[in-house]
Amino acid sequence: MSDFFKNTDLTRAEAENIIDETLLNKDDGELYLQNSINENIILDDGKIKNTNFTKTYGMGFRGVSEDVTAYCHSNSINKNSLIDASKSINSTLKSSKSYKHNNSIRRTNESLYSDHNPIEARSLKEKIELLNTVDQYLRSKSNLIKQVTASISTEKKNIEIIKTGGMTLSDNQPLTSFRIALIMKKGSKNTQGSYANGGRMTFDNYINENNWKEVCDEAFRQAEMNLDAKKAPAGEMDVVLNNGWSGVLLHEALGHTLEGDFLYKKTSVFHDQIGNMIGNENITVVDEGNIPGRRGSLNMDDEGEKTQRNVLIENGKLINFMHDRLSAKLTKNTPTGNGRRESYMFAPMPRMTNTFMMNGKNTRDEMIKSVKKGIYVDALGGGSVDIVSGQFNFAVNNAWLIENGKLVVPVEGATLIGSGPEVIKKIEMIGNDLELDNGFGTCGKAGQLVPVGLGIPSCKVLMTVGGSKT
Amino acid sequence: MLKEKKELENLATYCIDKSIKFNATSCEVKVGNVISETVNLRNKKIENSDRSDVLSIKITTYINKKKSSTQFTYIDNENTNVMIQKCIESTKLLPDDKFNSLPNKKLLVKNIDDLLLFDKSTISNEKKLEYLKEVEDVALSNKFISKTNGSSFKQSKSNFIIANSDSLLSGYKKSEFFAFTDLVAKKNDSGMERDYYYDSKVYLKDLIPPKDLGSNAAKLAVRKLNPKKTKTETIPIIFEKRISKNILEILSSSISGSSFARNTSFLKKKMHHQIFPKNINIIDDPLIKKSIYSMPFDKEGVKSEKMYLVKNGILKNVILDSYYAKMLNKETNGRASGLSNTYFEPGNLSYKDLFNCGKKLILITDTMGAFGNATTGEFSCGATGLYYEKDTFYPINNFTLGGKIKDIFENIFLANDLEFKYSKNCPTALVTEGLVVGGY
Repeated sequence: MSDFFKNTDLTRAEAENIIDETLLNKDDGELYLQNSINENIILDDGKIKNTNFTKTYGMGFRGVSEDVTAYCHSNSINKNSLIDASKSINSTLKSSKSYKHNNSIRRTNESLYSDHNPIEARSLKEKIELLNTVDQYLRSKSNLIKQVTASISTEKKNIEIIKTGGMTLSDNQPLTSFRIALIMKKGSKNTQGSYANGGRMTFDNYINENNWKEVCDEAFRQAEMNLDAKKAPAGEMDVVLNNGWSGVLLHEALGHTLEGDFLYKKTSVFHDQIGNMIGNENITVVDEGNIPGRRGSLNMDDEGEKTQRNVLIENGKLINFMHDRLSAKLTKNTPTGNGRRESYMFAPMPRMTNTFMMNGKNTRDEMIKSVKKGIYVDALGGGSVDIVSGQFNFAVNNAWLIENGKLVVPVEGATLIGSGPEVIKKIEMIGNDLELDNGFGTCGKAGQLVPVGLGIPSCKVLMTVGGSKT
Repeated sequence: MLKEKKELENLATYCIDKSIKFNATSCEVKVGNVISETVNLRNKKIENSDRSDVLSIKITTYINKKKSSTQFTYIDNENTNVMIQKCIESTKLLPDDKFNSLPNKKLLVKNIDDLLLFDKSTISNEKKLEYLKEVEDVALSNKFISKTNGSSFKQSKSNFIIANSDSLLSGYKKSEFFAFTDLVAKKNDSGMERDYYYDSKVYLKDLIPPKDLGSNAAKLAVRKLNPKKTKTETIPIIFEKRISKNILEILSSSISGSSFARNTSFLKKKMHHQIFPKNINIIDDPLIKKSIYSMPFDKEGVKSEKMYLVKNGILKNVILDSYYAKMLNKETNGRASGLSNTYFEPGNLSYKDLFNCGKKLILITDTMGAFGNATTGEFSCGATGLYYEKDTFYPINNFTLGGKIKDIFENIFLANDLEFKYSKNCPTALVTEGLVVGGY
C-alpha cells in the first residue's frame, strides 16, 4: 500500500480536517488518491521498439450537492493544492442551501485478486526474451507474415479513498495484458489478425508457454483466413455471432444505454422502459463486477462501493440500470458498484464492469443451419454507440458467408450496424455456450478509458451488414 | 498558476544532467504543465465544474543505440532520480537498434517565430456559465429541441519545454478555449435524435458567438428527426465538411512513416504515383498563425515547415520522424508529432454544383466506426444522412457505406467551400463511384 502522506507537508489528520470542512455541508464527495506504476514493453518489426515505465501519482477532490459536481485534481498531494481544491469546490457549490450529507457506503472484505505486483513477476530481461521467442514462433508459421507486434503490459494501481469522518477505503488493482497483432501479405493483399489475454490474476495465469501460444495461434488464424476472403455482402440479413468476444455487441448495443447517468438525464432510449419487456423472454443480461480475477472486476469501485452482480434484463424484462452514487441518489436507487474513473484526473461515472448474456438453449450449428443467406461472425472488432438514438456499429474482423445453412467462404470488410432497441427484439436464437472474453476489452466514455470484461453465448440476430457487394 | 519557462527549464536541465551522470550517452526530456478549467451545463443548470493542474515529465535515455523511456507525475528530486535510474537500467538491457538516436542536430529548431498560440486572457467560471446559458437558451428556443445532453466550456493553458543532450532547449505556451453543446431533438411521437456543434480557438475573442453555437447545433439535431431506412444500392455520395475531413484522416494513417517503413500501408507502393485525380493538392502547414493545431517544431525538436503531401494527385511525401526516416533512407520532415493543419486546396465546383451530379444521391452527415482501414485499404462504416431525389430530400439513418479507400480517393470532386476548423480540413466532397450503401 502506498503511504500518500509520507513525503508531503500534509498530514493525514490535516487532510481529514479539510475533507470534513469541505464536504460536511455537501451531499457527497471524497478525496481520491492514486499511485500507479505501469510497464509497457513492445516488440515490433522484429525488435524491441520501446520500454516505457510510467508512474501516475495524484489526487482528485470531489464535492457533490444535489445534482451538481465540483471536481479538482492535481499531480501534487500537498497542503496548498488540497486547500486550493477545497476553495474551488466551494466556489462551484456555494449556492447549495439544503444538503443531506451521506457518507454511508457498502463495503466488502472480499478479495477478487491477490495483492501482487505483476511488473515484478519476471525480470525485464526475461520479458524481452519471451517477446523475442513469441516473434520467432509466429514468423516460423508462415513466410506470408510480414509484421508482428507483441506487447506485455503490467500495472499495479494503488488507490485510496478518504470520505468524511476519516473513513478510508483502499485497494490494490493489479492488471496484466499480453497482446499480439500481425499482418500477412499475399500478392497485393494485406490482412490483419489480433488477439490478447489478460486480467487481474498473477502474470503466470496469462503468460505461460501454453497460453501465449494460443494467443499467437488465434491472431494467425484470423489473418490467414482473410487472405482468401471475398467481399462481404451488404444489406439486412441473418447474422450468427460466435460466443465470447461478440459480447462487445451487447456492451455497445445495450450496456451503455443502461448506464445510470443516461437514466437521470433521460437521454437513454430505455429511460422510460424499466419494468417493460424489451426483448424476448430468453434474454437475460448481467453486469457483474465481482467475478474473481477478471479484467473488468474490482473489489470496490472508484467511489469505494463494493462491486456486485447486477441483473439488468431478466427474461426479456428491463430490471435496472447500472449506478454510481450520484445516479443512484437522483433516481432513488441503491449504488450498484459501477462508479468508475480512469484515474485521479477524472470524476467517477456509471460504467460497466463484466457484462454478459446468460445461456439459451440452441447450438451454434442449429443457428447456422437455419440461415438461408447471411454471415457467421467469427471475430468481431470494436464498436461504438449513440445512446440517444440507440444506433451502434461494429467492425467485423472475420466472417463467413452462409448460404443454405452452410459456411461457404470467408468474407471481409464488413461493418455491423443496428439500433439497440430493435436488435434486442431481433435476437432469434441464443446458444448454450456462454463464454467470457479473454480479457482485452477497454471501454471509452467521455474521454475516460477503463478495462472491462464481456461475454455472450452464440446468437442469431437480424442485422444490417455493411459490405461492398450488392 | 501556469509554471513559468524558467522553472520548466530547470527541471529539464536537472533531468538531462542526471541522465548523463547515470551513464546515458544521450537523452531527451519533455516537461509540461497543463492547467484547465471546465464547466458543464445541462438544461440551463450547472452540472459540474472541473479544475485540473498537472505537471509531468517524460524522459528518453539512450546508451548508444539502446533506448528506453519513462514518464511520471510525482515530481521531487528523489523520485526523479529513482525514475531516471530505472530508465537507465532498462536501457542497458535492451538490444541495439541502429535507427535509434536523437534527431540530426542540424535540423533542430533554433529560433521560433511567434505563431500567436497563446492568449493571456482568461474567462471566469461565471462568465463561462453565462456563455453556455445563452447557447442553451437559443438551442432550446427551437421547438423541436427537447433537452440538452450537456454543454461545455473549457479553458486550457499549457507551457512546455523540450530539451536534449545536443543542447536543444525550447518550448512555448499554448492556450485553447473550447465550447461545445450536444442537443436532443424530438418531434411529437418521433424517436430522439442528437447532434452537436463545437468551436475551439487559441484566442478567446475569436470563439463563436454563443447564439450561433446553439442554433447551429439545433439545426443539425432537428434535421435528423423522423429518419427513414434506405435500400441497398450503389449511388453517388456527398460528404459534408465535418465528415469529409476524415478522408484526410485515413490518408494520414495510410502515409505514416511507420506504416511505410514497416510495409503495412495499402499505399506502400504508391509513392510518386497518382492516387487522387490530377486537380487535387493536399498540404500540411504547421505554421498557420493562431491555429490550435500549429507547431513551430515537432516533439523531437525538429523544425516543421509547410509541405505538400499530394501534388497534382501524386503522392509526394509521407509523415516522418527521425527513426522511420532513417529506416526509409530519408531525412525527417519534422512530423514526429504527426500532421498539423492539413487541407485540400478547394475545388472549382460550388456546393450546389455537387448536387447536380445525378438524379439521386446521399449526403452523409454523420458516420460511426472507423473511416477505413489503412492496412487493408477496405472501407466500411455506419452512416446517417439525407437522401436527395428530384427536388426533395429526407433524413435516413441506420445504413452502411462500404467500398475501397482507393476508390474514394480516385473518384473525388471537391467544392470551393474550404474553411479551417479542424486539424484536417476538406471542402464538401462528392464521391461519384465505388461506394455501396447497405440498407434493407
